[in-house]
Amino acid sequence: MSWLSENGILVGLALLDGLSYAGAVFMVAVGLNLVFGVLRVLNVAHGSLYAIGGYAAASLGLFAVSLGAPPWLGLPILLVAAILVGIVLGPLIERFLLRRMQDSEPVLQLLVTFALFMILEDLQKLIWGVQPLVFDAPLKWLGTVDVPFGGDVIPFTAYQLYVLPGVAVLTLAGLAFVLRRTLIGRMVVAVTVDREAARAMGIDAARVTLLTFTAGAALAALGGALAAPTVSLVPGVGASTVVLSFAVVATAGLGQIEGAAVAALLIGLGRSFAVYVAPEFEVVVPYAIMVAVLLVRPQGLFGVAETRRI
Amino acid sequence: MAVTGRGAGTVSAGVSRREALVGAGAMGGLLLAGRSAQAQGAKSPEKPQEIKVGIATYLSGPASVFGVPGRQAAEMLFDEINAAGGIAGIKVRPIFVDEGPGVDHVVGEYRRLVQSEGVHLVFAAISSADCIACAPLADELKRPTLLWDCGTQRIFEDRRYDFAFRTQANATPEILSALLYLLKVKPDFKSLAVINQDYAWGRDSWDIFRTGMNALKPGVKVAAELFPRFGATDFSTEITRVLALRPDVVLTTSWGGDLDALIRQASDRKLFERATFVMPLAESSLQRVGKALPAGHIVGARGDHWFLHPTPQDPARLKKFSDGYRSRFGSYPIYPCFHMAQAVSAMKAGIEKAVAAKGGGWPTDAEMAAAFKGLEFPSPTSSVRIREDGQGLENQIIGTTLHADAYPFPVLTDMLVFPAESVTTPVGQKSADWLKTLTPDMVAKLPQTVAYKPA
Repeated sequence: MSWLSENGILVGLALLDGLSYAGAVFMVAVGLNLVFGVLRVLNVAHGSLYAIGGYAAASLGLFAVSLGAPPWLGLPILLVAAILVGIVLGPLIERFLLRRMQDSEPVLQLLVTFALFMILEDLQKLIWGVQPLVFDAPLKWLGTVDVPFGGDVIPFTAYQLYVLPGVAVLTLAGLAFVLRRTLIGRMVVAVTVDREAARAMGIDAARVTLLTFTAGAALAALGGALAAPTVSLVPGVGASTVVLSFAVVATAGLGQIEGAAVAALLIGLGRSFAVYVAPEFEVVVPYAIMVAVLLVRPQGLFGVAETRRI
Repeated sequence: MAVTGRGAGTVSAGVSRREALVGAGAMGGLLLAGRSAQAQGAKSPEKPQEIKVGIATYLSGPASVFGVPGRQAAEMLFDEINAAGGIAGIKVRPIFVDEGPGVDHVVGEYRRLVQSEGVHLVFAAISSADCIACAPLADELKRPTLLWDCGTQRIFEDRRYDFAFRTQANATPEILSALLYLLKVKPDFKSLAVINQDYAWGRDSWDIFRTGMNALKPGVKVAAELFPRFGATDFSTEITRVLALRPDVVLTTSWGGDLDALIRQASDRKLFERATFVMPLAESSLQRVGKALPAGHIVGARGDHWFLHPTPQDPARLKKFSDGYRSRFGSYPIYPCFHMAQAVSAMKAGIEKAVAAKGGGWPTDAEMAAAFKGLEFPSPTSSVRIREDGQGLENQIIGTTLHADAYPFPVLTDMLVFPAESVTTPVGQKSADWLKTLTPDMVAKLPQTVAYKPA
């Protein structure tokens, strides 16, 4: 208790950092989880879609800036770039690759998405080269917020404090609304629960799958686009992101949207507190949380144990 | 067909004993002739049609921000050599291999380059782990190998090699010179935080810095030791932590996208206004981060590399290299380009020395390797000498960032060029031990800094 009273402000700072990080991580993991729910494919190429989303947003944003566009336009540009990447790459990948692998062994599907990941990584280098790329106009435009700290202030960027967690909350709420309150959402849930029964009821499962994968691809791209103002996009950025996303998805339970939010929050806050309390464990914390959860609940926090079909 | 039995009488059916003896004699003669020719070849190998050079560099992954500029510099310099008639009249051809997939891949590629491609030299590598793996291979396969960019000081401190040589400095002078510079320009700092990448380089470079700091300025408070994941993109938590701790100095030996992101995020959150940053590898990031990096922070270049070097040995050579690279690739050369230029220069000087020693004949691999010991060759800014232990002696330039109108990114001012011998661990000693013997009077002996002058 005395530690908390002495370090209360530090805990507050760690919470702010953790929330922001959780928002960024959620944006990537939620798409991965959505796709798994419907396609039952753990899409390794999700990391590439994240990277391409980031690169596309940065390129489009820098192009707009070079034309003299106002800095606020950077924010909608991030969204537009993500949607473009999702609409172009999502259907291509689903229609010409994943659909053909639908009845294959899960391990084969995993390998195919891994191969796709490698191809897209090379494609990304071919288009954008290897030099780090950044588009920080929206971040600069939003400026900083001074958070009081003792007799001092700690500057945070408004983008980090408001935009990242805000978009994550909106995405979560939007997905929950669509999946529970709209016809297409219920069709997605039906296909997720039982593909064959859904088809028997007249649902065009192929179309639902295509739409879901496109949405998942767009969400991955949005994660990358939202990262573009703060990070430097380099070759390999997708790989490191997808590994962390796997940790979130495994912790949450495969296919669990709300679970992804809780897991992202746990991992974000855990990592943030580690930097304050025991920085040597910062890298390990997300995976330690995942292992701890899986030891107790092998199906993840919100996963449902399934009877195996023989 | 063959009949099992004993003695010389065991022959294939249909072949007489006499025929077998004649055949065996002929075969023996051929083998002897072959061996004799080989022995003769060892003395005077035939001049090759082209000099093939295997070059290990990062063409994929985060380190390709160094590897690709290194490859580009090699392509430009090999073209220049060939346009001038080659080395000893022989054209040179680079064969690039990717370090991206990891050490095992590089080891396999090294063997392929030597045994299948028949390369005459190998340039290896950017990763210290790759260099540690390739140096013993150089001796095993007896192929002259130039360690062109890797930083670990352990290679020539732990072992000696006959075929492996480093054409640049190592981590000890690179980090020590940054520390000495900090002690010269900001002698009163009392606390320091470190934000390094969580892998061998991040940890080793901090060990070097801390060991030197404890010897040269004991009592500095280390406020935080933060090691974010290699390839991390978000440093907001580390920045908040350091903002709250308010150290006088922040050290980061990070590089590439990690360093770019750290600089931008620290700049956005005004950390540069609260602490002096020491960034021994930041020369390679200046053009990318632009003026997000404010003036007044300490930047190194892993050697004597800077396109606006204040005292180049041959200004025309530096200008030709910098302008040539910029006109071909659209940016000023960064340190891996300079390191590659040094390796290419060493290769040229080494082969020419070996050929001259052979009276114009082509040297054996061992003769070529021997030529690199004690070799002095020009670099774009000065010259480098390879010591008897294989380690290159290269000066170190450190400076402070300044915003000049002529460039859209920070340039260096108050530059200090450290003579190689003064900051390099002496032959036969280990850095960890040598650094402990340093005394504070070393700082007092440092030369004056040189201010930025517009080109």
